[in-house]
Parts: sequence; structure tokens; C-alpha cells
Amino acid sequence: MTVTDDLVSYEDALASYDPVMGLEVHVELGTATKMFCGCATTLGAEPNSQTCPTCLGLPGALPVVNAVGVESAIRIGLALNCEIAPWCRFARKNYFYPDMPKNFQTSQYDEPIAFNGYLDVQLEDGTVFRVEIERAHMEEDTGKSTHIGGAAGRIHGASHSLLDYNRAGIPLIEIVTKPITGAGERAPEVAKAYVAELRELIKALGVSEARMEMGQMRCDVNVSLRPHGREAFGTRSETKNVNSLRSVERAVRFEIQRHAAVLDGGGTIVQETRHFHEDNGSTTSGRVKEEAEDYRYFPEPDLVPVAPPREWVEQLRAELPELPRARRNRLREEWGISEHEMQSALNAGAIELITATIAAGADQAAARKWWMGELARRANEAGTELAALPVTPGQVARIAALVAEGSLNDKLARQVIEGVLAGEGGPDEVVEARGLKIVKDEGALGAAVDEAIAANPGVADKIRGGKVAAAGALVGAVMKATRGQADAARARELILERLGVQG
Amino acid sequence: MTDVIHRTAAEIAAQVADGTVTATEVTEAHLARIEAVDEKVHAFLHVDREGALEQARAVDARRAAGEKLGPLAGVPLALKDIFTTEGVPTTCGSKILEGWIPPYDATVTRRLKEAGVVILGKTNMDEFAMGSSTETSAYGPTGNPWDLTRIPGGSGGGSAAAIASYQAPLAIGTDTGGSIRQPAAVTGTVGVKPTYGGVSRYGMIAFSSSLDQGGPCARTVLDAALLHEAIAGHDPLDSTSIDAPVPAVVEAARNGSVAGLRVGVVKEFRGEGYQAGVMARFDESVELLRELGAEVVEVSCPSFDKALAAYYLIAPSECSSNLARFDAMRYGLRVGDTGGRSAEEVTTLTRGAGFGDEVKRRIMLGTYALSSGYYDAYYGSAQKVRTLISRDFERAFGDVDVLISPTTPTTAFAIGERVDDPMAMYLADLCTIPTNLAGNAAMSLPCGLADEDGLPVGLQIIAPAMADERLYRVGAAVEAAFRARWGHPLLEEAPAL
Repeated sequence: MTVTDDLVSYEDALASYDPVMGLEVHVELGTATKMFCGCATTLGAEPNSQTCPTCLGLPGALPVVNAVGVESAIRIGLALNCEIAPWCRFARKNYFYPDMPKNFQTSQYDEPIAFNGYLDVQLEDGTVFRVEIERAHMEEDTGKSTHIGGAAGRIHGASHSLLDYNRAGIPLIEIVTKPITGAGERAPEVAKAYVAELRELIKALGVSEARMEMGQMRCDVNVSLRPHGREAFGTRSETKNVNSLRSVERAVRFEIQRHAAVLDGGGTIVQETRHFHEDNGSTTSGRVKEEAEDYRYFPEPDLVPVAPPREWVEQLRAELPELPRARRNRLREEWGISEHEMQSALNAGAIELITATIAAGADQAAARKWWMGELARRANEAGTELAALPVTPGQVARIAALVAEGSLNDKLARQVIEGVLAGEGGPDEVVEARGLKIVKDEGALGAAVDEAIAANPGVADKIRGGKVAAAGALVGAVMKATRGQADAARARELILERLGVQG
Repeated sequence: MTDVIHRTAAEIAAQVADGTVTATEVTEAHLARIEAVDEKVHAFLHVDREGALEQARAVDARRAAGEKLGPLAGVPLALKDIFTTEGVPTTCGSKILEGWIPPYDATVTRRLKEAGVVILGKTNMDEFAMGSSTETSAYGPTGNPWDLTRIPGGSGGGSAAAIASYQAPLAIGTDTGGSIRQPAAVTGTVGVKPTYGGVSRYGMIAFSSSLDQGGPCARTVLDAALLHEAIAGHDPLDSTSIDAPVPAVVEAARNGSVAGLRVGVVKEFRGEGYQAGVMARFDESVELLRELGAEVVEVSCPSFDKALAAYYLIAPSECSSNLARFDAMRYGLRVGDTGGRSAEEVTTLTRGAGFGDEVKRRIMLGTYALSSGYYDAYYGSAQKVRTLISRDFERAFGDVDVLISPTTPTTAFAIGERVDDPMAMYLADLCTIPTNLAGNAAMSLPCGLADEDGLPVGLQIIAPAMADERLYRVGAAVEAAFRARWGHPLLEEAPAL
């Protein structure tokens, strides 16, 4: 993909313009059945095996609202500090697309279940930024099209397409912000922090696993620029399906730079949808909206209005779990770490994993160290989220325990992690199979130490002369000789002992 | 066995239950009748001979095993082709569904089967129930058994013609703007639109979801009540289905009476466009009701004159969305899929070829009415009129127990006469539409023949929502009084086929 857009530098863009953002996030609820029928929602099932007349849009079939879906929507609304509508309706959003069985999406239009809320998000330096929520509404997902024969799975140039309706009718909650102004140069960071915070909130509520890489949470990013001092918003672009936190940040940044270049050149921004490219962080034009899309919304006559009783809403409010930001503040104090460290853990999606690892017996420093260090590195390499790594908090706790008891050192522990990730079994099995125990046998270790001293007389002399720091070189030699399985601390002790030096 | 086809459903059920006749014999007699006359009438789009006989044999087996049979067990029925039937073609009168075999039964279909009713086949209808004459069917028109050159009404002309020509004692119709009542009126039969939500819409192919309502068609008020009771009641698969006991319609039909009842005559339903012979029969009906002890008063419903306009915004709007699913992707007709065309092109070609003119007209009207910038002026205003009409009814029912009017302004017109004049066609539903907009219940039953043309005239009785039993109480009384006056059922005056 070649980037044909001219860009101005981010600093120059911000010098001339004030960015305004709007974020639309779709969350797939983890309900057992679909939004309007009783079909299962299991991921990865045989295509079209989880369908029925209703979610296939067969003639005559009718929808029935999933009560758990409504409850989840209300809980999300409450957690986002929204008002909950005492009475609202579903609406039909009419447009043709082959993966949409009825050629209308059952959604909500001017009567959302939740509206007028906010979410406070914390930036890396601890600043709290309030993102106002316009609405959260219920709708259904579409089916999934797979285009065959074209480039990069796009419909353009495809010879045919495959349709899987298992996803059709899965409940979605669409959460729409009000225009986000005042973020200035921190707009990309605010966008990313908002999506991260929202993801934590959704997970804390238990309504969805909110895994972005699985499409359980999808983000559309609207960006516009206006010259400093101007009240009216500029024309916006809508970048669709930006599906990782990093991408959200990059998409906002790219669009700010692209818009600025267009505006600086005297051009006008076209209102259009754009595609984001993970490989180079750019966006390209999708469908130009020549005229405003007309979805011909009208109230869904096949469903009765949703009128959640006040007492029920209040009960749901009272039963909300501790929300992520409050919880993070509590954990931060318990763990004794900085705002910045907590923010990094949040951005990495590691808080739940660390907490679970601590619950499994690890001490907090070790739990954080493994998840934020080696495991974060590996997730990054694999281009996946931490939670998606094939290792459990229990396994990480076991590895930490092996280190704590001295059976493993960090280097060996990293090898155990590698084995677990490679599917070789649990930590103990990997240790066993790979023979990764620290050499504690004093005889073998002593022999290795003697050999190292004999092989490096110059270093030995320096140590004898008082340069204790030079012991490291001999420890290295011992570790090499024992293929890393020696207890480094004990090896050092033995070296100093043999050379008659106090450590 | 030939006379069994002239019996009522109540009689047939009783005779099957007491062993005078078997369900199989009854079914065979009706299949023979279909064989003999339907080439002329064209009431059926599909006759399910094997399915019908199988169901009849099952009823006979249950009786032989000593099981107690339900009140309609073994009675044949003609099902409007708008209801899905598992394994049996369902076209909704459209080319776009030609060859489609539904994988599931509509709730109405399922309840009929559970009641031991024998479904003979699927009846002709205006395409997607859009029409008042059955002429918009993609499979050709149905003749009115009184005069085969005339329309049997619509959209449920096939169902009404089937019972009027003794091809079945019972039929199911659907009524969005009069599609049960207007065919009943012009064929001299009984048709009821239950209260909206009284009969499940699950598996009933939607035309206009907020107006559509399935209901019974029969030759007598009691038969209609028996069928009404068999198909009505709450259905968890239809969110708009009423979760309350079914009104006691059978009991009402067995105890016809109007003594002490206040009956309102809707003042607005007369005047220009109303045939003299229709109004003469209607005025006689008013007199009859007085003679029977009813107090008849005139009632004004000033918003009713806007009903037709509101209907022709709401129904097309909803249909433009409901019919969007016919896109050639999953079922039904597919045109132009030669390998080189996009899905969008195939959808466009299929819809172009698969829908008839009236359906296209309404999809376009509805698409326009819902489009942004026009929504408030059209769909929004129509919904306000709907509220006004409901208020008219509420006010009227604060004063009277039922309302009455002619069912249709004219008797059956000739096939082809109004095909090119949609406005004239739409006027056939002038008196029936307000009830659909308000969601309450109404019945049409025969009240005689018009002097000018000797064709049947229908009397419409309208009741408040969830008071469907009033229709049957009044209807049964009127039916009995007319029967006594005429000496025989009106249908006996129809020419033999």
C-alpha cells in the first residue's frame, strides 16, 4: 500500500488546528444466545450452524428481545454514568448488504436505552480527561462475508464471497461519544486511553470479553480539524474498524496530519469512510458518501417498546461491581506503583492477568514483572493481546514460585515460558522435559567453579587483588559451562570463597 | 359423500367425532371438489393432497385409539399462501418466492395441525397481500364463485373463494387493510379480523407488521369462532402477541343476542362512491338490529376520512423494509447470476423480475415516505392520524358496544376493471382500514344481495380491542335472523359451478 496522501508534521498540524474526535465503539455482548432469537453464540462454530429462521431473515420470522442483552445494555449505560431511558424502542436501519439477512439492522435510533453519560480516562501522566458519552444503544451484528479471489480479502476483484450468518444477530452495544474537544496534541492519547478504559469497564461488568483482536470490540474513529479559535467543526472523516489500542492512536494521529495537509493546501476534506492499514499506520479512502447515507430509520413494528422498571434499574445500579478506575487506584496503592506503571499495565490489558496471578499465589512484583516484561514482549512479537497468549495466570504464578524457591533463575524461567507458549505443557512439565533445573549440586558446581578459576588465572588474580566486581566474568563462565542451569548467586559465593575474598 | 362439502365445520367435526364419517372421507370429498371446480375458480396455488390425507388418517387413527378429538379435528381448511408450511411451497403470491420450501411452520400452521385440522393446500392471494382483488397475484387471478368474471376480493380472494365454492369449509386469511373482510363481503361469507396481537404473526410473511393480522374465514359465524379459538392466543415467538386469555368467541357465537346492546352507525361511511344496493342492504341490517332489540345510534368518527391516506403511507413504508430481505442471497428466485455480476446487480435484477407492479409501486412509495427530510411529513403525519383514529374509536366505544358499517362501498367488480386505476382499487378498503390502524377487531358477514347486480353485500361489525366476542354475539344474532328471513344460507343462491 503506497501512501499517496501528503502529510504535514504532527507538530505543525497542531500549531494550526484544533482536533475534534468522535469515537464509536461496538461491543459484542457475551450472551449465551443472540439478541433476537435463541441461537447459540459460540465462537468458531461451523459456518451457518448457529442460525434459525429469525437470524437468517426467512420470510415470516419475527424477533424476540433477549432480556440479558437489555440488562447488559443498562449496566453498561449505568457504568458510563448515563441516564437510562424509562421507555425506548428499537428501530430499523435500512440498507442492503448480503451479510445482513433482512437488509435492515434492528438497532435503536432516536430513542437509545442509555444517553448523556461520561467516562473519566486517565492519561499516562495521571491527568484525568472526561470523555462525554452521547449514547449507548442496542443492536444486532451482521453476518460475516469472506471475499475469495480478490486482493487482501477485499470485495474488489473477488470472484465470489462466502457468507456465514453465525454472527448475524449477536447482540451489540454501540457506544458513541459526544465530540471530544480540548484534547489538543494529546488527542491520539486520549482516544487510546478512552478505548482502553472502556474495554476495562466492559470486562469488569462481565458483559463481554471485549477482545479487540477477536472483533468483540470494534472502534470507528471520527476526526476533524478546525482552525484554532473557530467554534464550528470541520468536515470529518470516519475511519472504520480500527481494532487495537495502538491502531486507534495511530489512526487519529494520521488523520490529523492528513487533514492538516489537505486544509493547508487549500483543499476541503471529503466526508467519507476510510480504512486503516495496520502495516504502515495510514488510512485510505473507502466509500465516499456522495450524499448523506439515508437509512430510512423507523420504529421496529415487530418489537414492543423496552420499558425497564425504575426499581430494576436502581437494583442494577446498586449491584454494579467496583469500576476499573476505582479499582486501579486501590490496586496501585496496594502494589505501591506509580500512575505511569499502572497505566502501562492497563494499556497492555494486564491488570486482570496480574490480579489473577497474584490470586494464584505469586507476589505482586513478580506477577507484574512477568506479565509486563517477558510476556508483553512475546505478545507484541506475536501481534496479539496478552490475554490471548496460551498461558494462564496460574502457570505464571507457578513459574514465579519456582523462581522464588530458587529452582529457576530468570533466564531459565524465560525458557519455561517459551515452552509453555509453544504448547509443551505446564511449567513443571516444561522444566522436566527440557531439563531446566538449576544445578544446586555443590560438587558439580564446585567443579565448574574450579575449572573457571583455572581457565581464567588473570581474572582470578584481579579478584584476589580486591576487584570483587570481576567475579561476574567467572560467574559467566560457570553459567556457560552449566548451560545456564547453575544458581548464579551460589556460584559467586563459591568463587569468592575459593579465592579467599569477602563478598 | 358429495353433501359433506356443504356442511359446516361444526357439523363435520361432530360427525368425525361420533364416527358418522371419517376425516379421510371428508378430506377425499373436498379434494374431489377441488379437482372438479378449482380449474374454474383458481382458489388454490398448491394442493397438498398427500399431506392432507396423511393428517386426516392421523385424526382417524387418534379417534380409533379412543382419543378425545378437538372441536375442529378432521375439518379441512384452505390456508392463505402467506403462512409458512414446513416442506410445502409458500409463495405469498409472488414470483420471487417461487419454488421456496419453508423449513418451518408458522405458529398458525402449527396450531392448526395440533388441532387436527386438515390443511388442503395454499390459497391464491394478491402478491404479498397487496391488493383488493387477488389480481396482483403472480399466478393469475381467482374468480368469484358468484360470477367467475368478477373479483373475489383481496388480498385473500383465494381463501374466500375456496369456502364460497365449497372446496373447504374453513380458510385462514390475513387482514392488513381489509384482506379478510372485503373478500368475505364480496363472496357472501364470514371473515374476522381479530384484535391486533390476538393471533400470532410468527411465520406469516409480513406486509405491514403493525397492521397485519391473521384471522378466520368461514361460511358461518360459529365456524369462524371455532377457527378463531383454534389459532388465537399468546405466542412467545411474536413479541406483539397479546399475553391474555383469548376472548370467549365460541361461547358468544353459540349465544347470539343484541338485546339491550347499543349499536353505533358510523356516519362517515356513506355517500359518494357507495353503491345504492349496498346501502339498501345496510339500512335493512340497521332495521333488523332494532327489531332484535338493539338500540341503534349514529356515531361520528371525523378522522376516518384520513384513514386511507394514512394507511397508504404506513403500509408501504413498512413493506419497503419488510420486503428488503428478498435479495436472491438465501432463498427464492435468483436472476442474472451468470458469474460476472456483483451481488448488488443480481439483487437488483432479481427484484426487478420477481416483484410485480403493485409491489414495486408500494416499495417505492414507502421508500420515499421514510426517506430523510420526508419522514416527518409522511410517515410521521400518518402515525398522528393513526392516533386520531384510535381516539375516534375510543370516543365511539365510550358510547356504544359495537359499530356497524357496510364492509365495502360496492359489490364485487369485474376482473380487470380497476387494475389500471390504483386509487379506485384502494377505495375498496375505505370502510375496513380504520380498524387496522387502531388495532381493534371487526367482522364481515353476509346481509343480502344488491338489487342492481344480485351480488353479496357484507355487513361490518366493529368491536373494541380484546372484545372480539362482541362480534360473534352480534354476528350470530344477525346471521340467525337473516337465515330465518331468507329460509336458507345466502350462499345457496350462488349459481352452481
